[in-house]
Amino acid sequence: MTVGLNHYLAVSGLLFCIGLAGVLFRRNLLVVYMCIEMMLAAASLALVAFSRFRGDLDGQVLALLVISVAAAEVAVGLALIVAVCRRGLKPTADELAGMKL
Amino acid sequence: MRVFVALVLQRPVSGSGTLKSKESAVNIGSSIEPVVFAVFAVLTLVAGFLVVANPISRNPVTSAMFLVLTILSVAGLFVLLGAFFLAAVQVLVYAGAVIVLFLFVVMVWGGDGVERGKLRKFAMVVGGASLAVFLTLLGGALTGAGQDTKVGLTEGGARSLGELLINRHLLAFELMALMLLAAVIGSVFLGRKDNK
Repeated sequence: MTVGLNHYLAVSGLLFCIGLAGVLFRRNLLVVYMCIEMMLAAASLALVAFSRFRGDLDGQVLALLVISVAAAEVAVGLALIVAVCRRGLKPTADELAGMKL
Repeated sequence: MRVFVALVLQRPVSGSGTLKSKESAVNIGSSIEPVVFAVFAVLTLVAGFLVVANPISRNPVTSAMFLVLTILSVAGLFVLLGAFFLAAVQVLVYAGAVIVLFLFVVMVWGGDGVERGKLRKFAMVVGGASLAVFLTLLGGALTGAGQDTKVGLTEGGARSLGELLINRHLLAFELMALMLLAAVIGSVFLGRKDNK
């Protein structure tokens, strides 16, 4: 048995679904950010798998872009969380419901 | 002399953007590859599940630690796919920088938020629907024509990836630089003390 593209895509998709469930279910903003990181890692895993089974490196360049997006996103997001905490609010999604419909 | 000429001829032409795929120097035996893949895949999924729903602890620090495990297993899968540079970057950026940031914020600003236990109906519906769509797509893909590709392993080392990034994907490179600069400026602005 050889490991093919399907197996990597299955792992990537399941990891993405776990991250999506975490974003939907957890209320702590930090855990929500961790789950977003997990979804980005799943996407980059799919990109690297595509790159390997196409035989070129374009997907890996795109995965590098995804990793830098994740780093930039977590810096800005954690600065936002710190700003929220400075205002005396707890970093949960229930407290920040001001934009809720 | 002939060996020398052969060596010269085998070298990929630098700067042309095409990279010859070659057999990996660290080619893992094909008999052990499925085992390694299975170990890393199971580790990734189990640790990822424990980030989201840990039955023992609801502490965000525990979630961060399991996120480290998830990221390391994904880096292992990257190595299995031949993306050595990306695996190193993944470990450095995620497990090094991102997790340290997370732990700083958790420990300074009190991550002891007690979560409400109830599950939202909307979240349940959306989650169930996305899971159903995903399983349908996955089933269709897995039962479809098998991708029996015989592509040689293309090593994603720092040199080859960097040449590609400078030559063909220069826009992505500049985009990364601009985005990181914007992130630095934005986070400094958001983190100011008089930002009321």
